Amino acid sequence: MKKSLPIGPIVVVVLAALYFVLPLIATLNFSLSMLRGVWSFEAYRVVFHDERFRSTFTFSVVAALCTIVLGALLIVPTAYWVRLKFPRMRPLVEFITLLPLVIPPIVLVFGYIRLYNSSSILPFTGSAMGTNVLLVLGYVVLSLPYMFRAVDTGMAAIDIRTLTEAAESLGAKRTTILFGVILPNVKAAVLSGAFLTFAIVMGEFVLASLLNRPAFGPYLALMGANRAYEPAALAVIAFAVTWVCMGMLQVFGSQTPGRRRSGRSLFRFARRANR
Amino acid sequence: MSFLDIAGVTKSFGANTVLHGFDLAVQKGEFVSFLGPSGCGKTTMLRIVAGFETPTGGTVTIDGEEVTHLAANKRRIGMVFQAYALFPNLSVADNVAFGLKVAGRPKSEIVPRVKEMLALIKLPHLADRYPYQLSGGQQQRVALARALAPSPRVLLLDEPLSALDAKIRLSLRQEIRELQRKLGITTIFVTHDQEEALSISDRIVVMSEGRIEQCGRPFEIYNRPKSRFVAGFVGTLSFLDAVAGSGATVSVGDSALTLSEPADARPGSPITLALRPEAVKLEPAPERTNRLTGRVEDTSFLGSVVRLRLQTAGGTLLADTFNSPAAPPPEPGADVDLYFSPTDVFALSNEGHVPAPQPVL
Repeated sequence: MKKSLPIGPIVVVVLAALYFVLPLIATLNFSLSMLRGVWSFEAYRVVFHDERFRSTFTFSVVAALCTIVLGALLIVPTAYWVRLKFPRMRPLVEFITLLPLVIPPIVLVFGYIRLYNSSSILPFTGSAMGTNVLLVLGYVVLSLPYMFRAVDTGMAAIDIRTLTEAAESLGAKRTTILFGVILPNVKAAVLSGAFLTFAIVMGEFVLASLLNRPAFGPYLALMGANRAYEPAALAVIAFAVTWVCMGMLQVFGSQTPGRRRSGRSLFRFARRANR
Repeated sequence: MSFLDIAGVTKSFGANTVLHGFDLAVQKGEFVSFLGPSGCGKTTMLRIVAGFETPTGGTVTIDGEEVTHLAANKRRIGMVFQAYALFPNLSVADNVAFGLKVAGRPKSEIVPRVKEMLALIKLPHLADRYPYQLSGGQQQRVALARALAPSPRVLLLDEPLSALDAKIRLSLRQEIRELQRKLGITTIFVTHDQEEALSISDRIVVMSEGRIEQCGRPFEIYNRPKSRFVAGFVGTLSFLDAVAGSGATVSVGDSALTLSEPADARPGSPITLALRPEAVKLEPAPERTNRLTGRVEDTSFLGSVVRLRLQTAGGTLLADTFNSPAAPPPEPGADVDLYFSPTDVFALSNEGHVPAPQPVL
C-alpha cells in the first residue's frame, strides 16, 4: 500500500520556512536594488567603502576575540574545579551563569556606569581603553550562560575525575592537567561556546551604545536610522556572519572527544587541500 | 624494613569510618591483592597509597620515605584504573610518553622507552592509534604501559580487569603477573573477584567492613580461613548442622564423623561443619570412616567439573566431581554415598571463629 504524504507537517514546515525566509529574501532583494532599474552590489560597495563600517566591524571582532579568550580562561577552570571539587555547588554556579539571561543588559550597564565612573575607586570609564576593558568584561558576563553550558556539557562527556587522577599519578601538576589533558578534550565544547559568543558580541547594541564605544551594533542602528539601502546590505552581512558561526558550531559541536582530528592532522589536511 | 609500609591507617568520611587501623608491610617486588566485597574499604586504602585520599590517622611509607601527606603527583607511583582513563586526545605512543614528558625527560630517552613499553605489552604496531580505536583489553594494556613507563616505585591496580569480558580478563591477568615478575615491581591489586586474587597474588589481604580479616598466601587463605567471613567469601563452602560428641567425633543425623581436631564445643551441643565442594568424594574409598548419604537434588555441568547439590541429614551440601565422558553424573533423585577426609572438615564455633584445619594436600 502506498503511504499517503503527511500533508499537515509539510504545510507547517512550508509556512514556517516562508515566515523565516521571505523577509530575508525581501531584504536581500532590496539591498541589491540601490541603483534604479538594475540589480547591483552598489549598497555593499558603499558599505564596504565606509570607513566607519571597517573600523566598527574590526572593533567588534577584536572585542569578540578578547571576550572569548577571557571567557574561556574564566569558565574552563571554574567548570573543571566545580565538577572536580565542589559538585554540590554546581546548581548554584549554574544559576549565577544564567543570571545574565534574566537581568537585562541595560540594568547591567547602568550598574557598571554607577560603580566604575570616573570619580569611583576603579574609574574604568575615565579613559577610552578603560571603557573598552569594561565593555569586554560586560560581554564576558553576557556570554556566561552560553559558555558555561557548552563547557560544562563537554566536561560531562569525559570522566574528568579519573583523567585528572591518571595524570596526577603520572606526576602532572594541576596546570599541566588543566591545559594538557582537560582543555584539549573539551576543545570542541569551548569552540561551540566561542562561536555563540562571537555571534552575540557582533550584534550587541545596549552595552556598546551606552558605554559609547564605536562597535558594530551601534553603527548598524545609526545606519538603520539614516539610510535606506545600506542597512539592508548590513543586515545581510550580519546574517552571513551569524550563519557562518552557526555552521562552525555544527561542525565542531558534533565531534565527540577523542574522535576529532588532532591539531597536527588538521594541519596536514589543510596542506593537502592547498596542493 | 619493608618497601611499602602502611601503619595504623584509619579513614572516616564524616561519621562513617571506612578503615579501622589498617596495617600492612609489603616487600619489594611483592604482588599483594586487596580482596573483599564492595564497600569493604579496599579501594579507599589503595587511593590513600596513591595520594588521592588523605588518611584520618596512620602513616604510609614508601621505600623509607613517609608519603602520608605528599601530593599524588610527587609519589612516583603508577596507577591503572577500572575505566582505563587513557587521554582521548593523545595517541597510544603519546599516552605512554605522558609521564616521561611531564617529568621533563629528553626526547632521546622518551622515544626508545615508549618503544620498549609498547613491545612489553605486545602492541608495538598500535603506536599511532587513538584510544577510541582500541578494544577494551588493548586500552587496558596501554594504560598499564603508561603507568609503568616512568618506572614507578609502586604499581597500583584498581580492579583493572572488571570492565573486560571473561576471556580477555583471564589472559590479561596472566600478562599482568608475567610483567610484574619480569620488572620486579611492588604491586597492589584491588579486586572483588576471589579467583583473580587467588591466581595471581603472592599475598592476599581479605577485607571486610574496613578491617583486615586475614592476610596470607593464597594457599593459606583458601585452606586455613581464619574467620567465617573469609571461609565464606573465598571459595565455596557448604554448611552442615551437627551435634558435638566426645573428643573429635560429631554426629550428623545417624552418621558419626571424625574431625582431625576436637571441636571447641561441649558434647551434645549443636555445631556447624564447613566443607569445600571439592573435598566431597563420590567414588568408593577404602577408608570409610566419614560417610554420609545424600539425595541428588540438582546437577550443574560446568565443563571440566560437575557440581552436585545434595540433600543430607545435616542440610544441603555441594559436591564437585570431575567430568568423565565414560561416567555421566547421577540423575536428580538418586541416592549417593559421600565420603570426605577428616582433615577437610572445619568445625565452626558459634562465635564465627574457625580453628585452623590441616592444609589439604
